[in-house]
Amino acid sequence: MQLTLLALILALLTVIGFLIGRSRAASSVGGRVAELHSVPSYHGVYVALWAGLPALLLFVAWTASEGWLAMQLVLSALPDRLTTGDGQSVGLLKADILNLAHGIATGREADPLVAEAARRYAAFRDLADWSLLAVVASLAVAGLAWGRHRIGPDLRARPAVERVVRVALVVCSLVAILTTVGIVLSLLFEALRFFTVVSPLDFLFGTHWSPQTAMRADQVGSSGSFGAIPLFAGTLLITVIAMLVAVPVGLMAAIYMSEYAGRGVRTWLKPALEILAGIPTVVYGFFAALTMAPFVRSVGEALGLDVSSESALAAGIVMGVMIIPFVSSLSDDVINAVPQSLRDGSYGLGATKSETIRQVVLPAALPGIVAAVMLAVSRAIGETMIVTMASGLTANMTANPLQAVTTVTTQIATLLVGDQEFDSPKTLSAFGLGLVLFLVTLCLNMVALRVVRTYREKYD
Amino acid sequence: MSIPSGIRSSIPSQLKLRPRGDRQPNRASGAALPAKMTARGVKVFYGAKQALKGIDLDIQENRVLALIGPSGCGKSTFLRCLNRMNDTVEGCRVEGRIALDGEDVYGKAVDAVQLRARVGMVFQKPNPFPKSIYDNVSYGPRIHGLASGRDELDEVVQTSLKRAGLWAEVKDRLREPGTSLSGGQQQRLCIARAIAVSPEVILMDEPCSALDPIATAHIEELIDELRANYTIVIVTHNMQQAARVSQRTAFFHLGEMVECDDTEEIFTNPRDERTQGYITGRYG
Repeated sequence: MQLTLLALILALLTVIGFLIGRSRAASSVGGRVAELHSVPSYHGVYVALWAGLPALLLFVAWTASEGWLAMQLVLSALPDRLTTGDGQSVGLLKADILNLAHGIATGREADPLVAEAARRYAAFRDLADWSLLAVVASLAVAGLAWGRHRIGPDLRARPAVERVVRVALVVCSLVAILTTVGIVLSLLFEALRFFTVVSPLDFLFGTHWSPQTAMRADQVGSSGSFGAIPLFAGTLLITVIAMLVAVPVGLMAAIYMSEYAGRGVRTWLKPALEILAGIPTVVYGFFAALTMAPFVRSVGEALGLDVSSESALAAGIVMGVMIIPFVSSLSDDVINAVPQSLRDGSYGLGATKSETIRQVVLPAALPGIVAAVMLAVSRAIGETMIVTMASGLTANMTANPLQAVTTVTTQIATLLVGDQEFDSPKTLSAFGLGLVLFLVTLCLNMVALRVVRTYREKYD
Repeated sequence: MSIPSGIRSSIPSQLKLRPRGDRQPNRASGAALPAKMTARGVKVFYGAKQALKGIDLDIQENRVLALIGPSGCGKSTFLRCLNRMNDTVEGCRVEGRIALDGEDVYGKAVDAVQLRARVGMVFQKPNPFPKSIYDNVSYGPRIHGLASGRDELDEVVQTSLKRAGLWAEVKDRLREPGTSLSGGQQQRLCIARAIAVSPEVILMDEPCSALDPIATAHIEELIDELRANYTIVIVTHNMQQAARVSQRTAFFHLGEMVECDDTEEIFTNPRDERTQGYITGRYG
């Protein structure tokens, strides 16, 4: 309630600030706008920023600290016997107060002291919300007045506004970076917890993967074994199969589209190929499981081979098909970026079309093609659904594409599906796998960037 | 008529400098000299738009022919007809007859690829391939199989670079990328690349327009030397350049060839009013 009101007041004051600033700037020079340092609309934005920005910052800071502050006040009024103790009991007390304050039944008779604290907490929050409204609104009005007071022919409104915009841009890019850092750190800490239970050497070089840990002491057959090599091998096998499908087909398609196809063919072929990229991976997954895997199996049996019903080959082929549009679309863009003058130069020497493509166009486009392939590899390594559905969960260590294998991502998904306790090595191993996966794709991306930078040719 | 099937096999014999003692390339009067290429009634259309309106022109052997005229007059279009580079442009149609040594280059039996090995081209902007200097020059000989073995290829590269006047500057850095050279050096590299396939005619489309005056002087000198062995057609916007390097000059205007004569005649005594207007700088 207060929040909506506050947002409305702030928006209104900002708009009013803009209008006042603009008109006052014009009237301060008697309508001769050219005499102003900045055009009137910058003055408008300047006043609007003074009205909105400090108030908004105060609001954010206030709401971030209000709950904590209220809790501290309430706790300090309680007798020491309740508030001293280990972290868990204090946490429980806080939760009780919060629940009572919000009217959520705790299911047991509350301590009168705690009930009293909760009542005071709720009252404080209510008071604080209304005072917040008053303080923020008056700050906005004060800011508006200050901004309006500053306006004059010599006010450098444009540089001031541009400084604020620049800070806003920096904050936006920081949000992206900090989120990434946060994800990496959470991954790292959980993985470290895992590595205190299972030695990193056993994890990285062990050859047996069986993450079922015993829930009861007398349980049989669930020893918990965390050798991740079979998962890495499975990931590698499926990725290799996928790339064997995607790179040649994608590259040839790109060459056809950019060099041979006429404009008419190109206008429908390229979007048609990109539809492939729009199919959800789950759909690819059941295509792989229900169509491709039985097909591979029947072909294998016709040839007298022993094919398991869920095979790495089926999953790899379908994954390759899924990646084709990545390779072809990116390569097509890169090949199109090769300047026509290079092709002309080659044709002018009497080279045929295929000689020109093989010896001039492709080498010139190579850095981009390598980047496209690397991106496709990252994508193949990260793909989960197809393997989950088509190649199963058996951690076989084999190089035989006709066997069922499993991959790192599939295991992570299975480990974290459903209700899991977050202190058993079984669940934590998912974070260990995630960390390894992250490091591998990071290395791949860095290598790709390096290759691109080293071999890039500069055209103007 | 068709070009004999033995074009490619005939090329290696031309790799070595052919003595041309029986001709006197510096004599300027052209009428008596044989025509290497002839154009009769050449019309070019880009879609519905007509770019050339019937060009008749003779290109004489071992002469430099300069094509001048204001922008958009069709001189580059005409140049690109001579080795069928216009084939690669979508929607371009060529009518009329262009002959090389009396054979129609647009004839059914002629392969544009083989034609371009005989009629080479140097472009406005230097366009070295993203390869080493050596590989840039050896590209043509390799794809046409002009050299058997490493030593012969080395020799072709060296000869071509020497003829293009670039050998002294690059002989110690043949493995460096062609794009690492300066603009003028890159253009001479492109000329060396064109020479390496031993063409009979070299077409140059404003080869100096992206270069500074010193590099331009280098290229102009080079064109004068190359005349001894090749027939050259050059498109230029720079009339001093046309006067300096060419023996014959053709003036194009609005898709027509206004007049073609010995360069001296064109610049001292033009017959057409439009030519006079252009070379004296009244328009263009």
